[in-house]
Amino acid sequence: MTPTAVAEAPKGTEKTALITGSEAIAVACKLADVDVITGYPIRPYDTVIQYIAQLISNGEMDCEYVVAEGEHSQFEIVKHASTVGARVFCGSSGVGWMYAFECLTVTPALRVPMVVMVGNRALDDPGAFGVEHNDALAVRDLGWQLVWVDNAQEALDTALIAYRVAEDRRIFLPCAISCDGAFLTHSQALVKIPAQEKVNAFLPRYDRGDLLLHPDNPITVAPQANEDWLMEIRRQTAAAMDRSMGVIREAYKDYERIIGRGYGNPFFEEYMTDDADVVLVGMGTLSTPCKVAIRKMRQEGKKVGLVRVRWFRPFAAEELAQCLSRFKAVGVIDRDFSLGSPYSSGVLATEVRAALYASAKRPPLVGFICGLGGREVLVPDVEKITGIVYDAAAGKPQPLTHWIGVRE
Amino acid sequence: MATIDYPLPKLEPFKGQKKIPLEEFFTSGHRTCQGCESALVMKMMAKAAGPRSIILGSTGCMYVANTTYYSTSWVIPWMHTQLGSSGSAALGTAMGLKALMRKGKMKKEPINVIAFCGDGGGADMGLAAISATLTHPDYNLLILMYDNESYANTDIQLSGSTPYGANTTFSPPGTVKRILHHRWKKNMAGMLAAGHPECKYIATVDMSYGLQAMNCVRKALSIGGPTFIHSLDPCPKGWDYDPMISHELGELAVTTGVWPLYEIENGVLKLYGKTKEIAEGRYKRLPVRDYLLRQGRFAHFIEEDFDYFQNKIDQMWQKWLIPGVIPFRREIDQ
Ligand SMILES: Cc1ncc(C[n+]2csc(CCOP(=O)(O)OP(=O)(O)O)c2C)c(N)n1
Ligand code: SF4
Ligand SMILES: [Mg+2]
Repeated sequence: MTPTAVAEAPKGTEKTALITGSEAIAVACKLADVDVITGYPIRPYDTVIQYIAQLISNGEMDCEYVVAEGEHSQFEIVKHASTVGARVFCGSSGVGWMYAFECLTVTPALRVPMVVMVGNRALDDPGAFGVEHNDALAVRDLGWQLVWVDNAQEALDTALIAYRVAEDRRIFLPCAISCDGAFLTHSQALVKIPAQEKVNAFLPRYDRGDLLLHPDNPITVAPQANEDWLMEIRRQTAAAMDRSMGVIREAYKDYERIIGRGYGNPFFEEYMTDDADVVLVGMGTLSTPCKVAIRKMRQEGKKVGLVRVRWFRPFAAEELAQCLSRFKAVGVIDRDFSLGSPYSSGVLATEVRAALYASAKRPPLVGFICGLGGREVLVPDVEKITGIVYDAAAGKPQPLTHWIGVRE
Repeated sequence: MATIDYPLPKLEPFKGQKKIPLEEFFTSGHRTCQGCESALVMKMMAKAAGPRSIILGSTGCMYVANTTYYSTSWVIPWMHTQLGSSGSAALGTAMGLKALMRKGKMKKEPINVIAFCGDGGGADMGLAAISATLTHPDYNLLILMYDNESYANTDIQLSGSTPYGANTTFSPPGTVKRILHHRWKKNMAGMLAAGHPECKYIATVDMSYGLQAMNCVRKALSIGGPTFIHSLDPCPKGWDYDPMISHELGELAVTTGVWPLYEIENGVLKLYGKTKEIAEGRYKRLPVRDYLLRQGRFAHFIEEDFDYFQNKIDQMWQKWLIPGVIPFRREIDQ
């Protein structure tokens, strides 16, 4: 299970390995020299811990590692380890993430920069192993930085960037990297693994500074603040989140400079948007069927593009609104739901609509809910979605939300 | 095999009351009730551990009343942890320190890690996390459960550690049902001792016997690996009595045989104090009603309730495989 180097490269340069998204995150943890790791089994998150456990037992990674008795403890253990200065990693999926919810809520205001992986999975009941984004999205209001990636290379790079951003003293907020269950966690791809020396140059040691819980710095952490102070503390957490966009931008620039791989705009990827009439917006591995369908539709003369949102928190509202206002209509594809929300949309559609509201030019926006529970989103689904978006562009009245690929 | 490759503190027992240092690490600033024995537990625990310690405290009276923002009573580093998280808090802190010391990222030195919880946080909600932590031989830590026999901070609700029949806000005696709470108190220390054979130290304490209790804390911190202490703390508000008699009630809990004092050290059970005298026949247990009648929470008891309670305590002393610790008998001894 150790990443297999297919091309041995000289010291200081990259190696290439055929690995899954989960394995890529495990390799990032090793490169980041994470100090404390906790695991608890749930598909698909468990795969990352399987790889990490093997790295530890092979002596390739040096950290304190325990298998907790539940996700609540998994997150509490790393939270406390982080307050004494340790770099930490854990994560979960679906109901496991929800089992830890109490711990997820306390982490941002404690200013604990834990980096975790969510192997996105549908919430029970009824049971489903496949991807939905409602698990990670559940913390969207609480001060977590949330990022979605769509391939193993991006998973590795983003994990390293996440440590750099989360542990930046201006931020000190947790960060969850979302990897779509199965489609990314279990799919192999060729991944370039950066050299340790370069990672060290990019990622400084975690320094808890004046917040370190240690006998030499005898502070009281998380006292009972009540109405006297809670609002000021919330404001400080909010200010950290507001600073996050700038720090993310800095980190991507440095990553490109030191490691040599750049991502352009960190917040969203644009695919064939330059001359597009209409665009689709989505997160995670939806990008694959979307890109294939877009190439096909372009051969048929339809000018369609894709905007793949990476960072959901912080949400690059102004930039995204500016980008989307160029098009004649926008279709937002959600792999999640927000029952009873405005227009019964998905979470992303609601956010994008809100982002566009302040914009002078607001194209028609239609929401689509599809691919729930790991159901595959197929090229014909994307074509159907695009047809509806074209109709909206032509001013045809539309329901504002459509369920796609569902038996009626 | 366990690898404790960071140093253990050397904490010799205090050899008498006069040898206890004057310096306090839990001081003014707290807002507990008058006569709160749990606050005394905090003070003695901190004193026993000394300044090179990190204390984690789960939600409850000893969080809410002790750490009002800007008036913390803790001189040593202190951090809140969630209600059911004492086990995970201790484990995570110890793991962090160990990782950093082992990897040369922090100076190697003994740092005591203590997580405390109430009976609600420990015996109910946090039981699984405490149990898991006690199976990790690689980390030095102490979990101390201060047992005021209710969810006190939320206004005295019954927990799995509330004694039979007690009047709590969730179990008030009524016109039809005199006794709404008829579960027997969990045998927490005995359960943890039986369930975690690798755990080197588990003890029960009572702050009416402060010196012994402090020495139990010192032993727990210096023996290596995860350890557990269960203290019984009279609570004037929840037990409904005059704060003047807190210590007296603490003593009565032991002298009536309701609260046995013992240490289990490296697999050896040692009774101590009056409990030892009771077990050796040198002291005759007082009737439990002497203890119960002093507390308003049992004011609704009638004869049959006292008898039931007394009978259960007698059974514990006469029928348990190990009185106060192991609550069953062997078939062969019948
Ligand atoms: C998850 C969760 N549920 C409920 C509460 C509400 N709560 C706060 S303090 C407390 C009482 C805890 O009782 P115990 O652990 O016995 O400590 P005590 O208050 O008696 O000192 C409760 C239930 C909480 N803080 N967290
Ligand atoms: S209610 Fe009981 S435990 Fe809480 S502060 Fe008062 S006496 Fe102490
Ligand atoms: Mg209590």
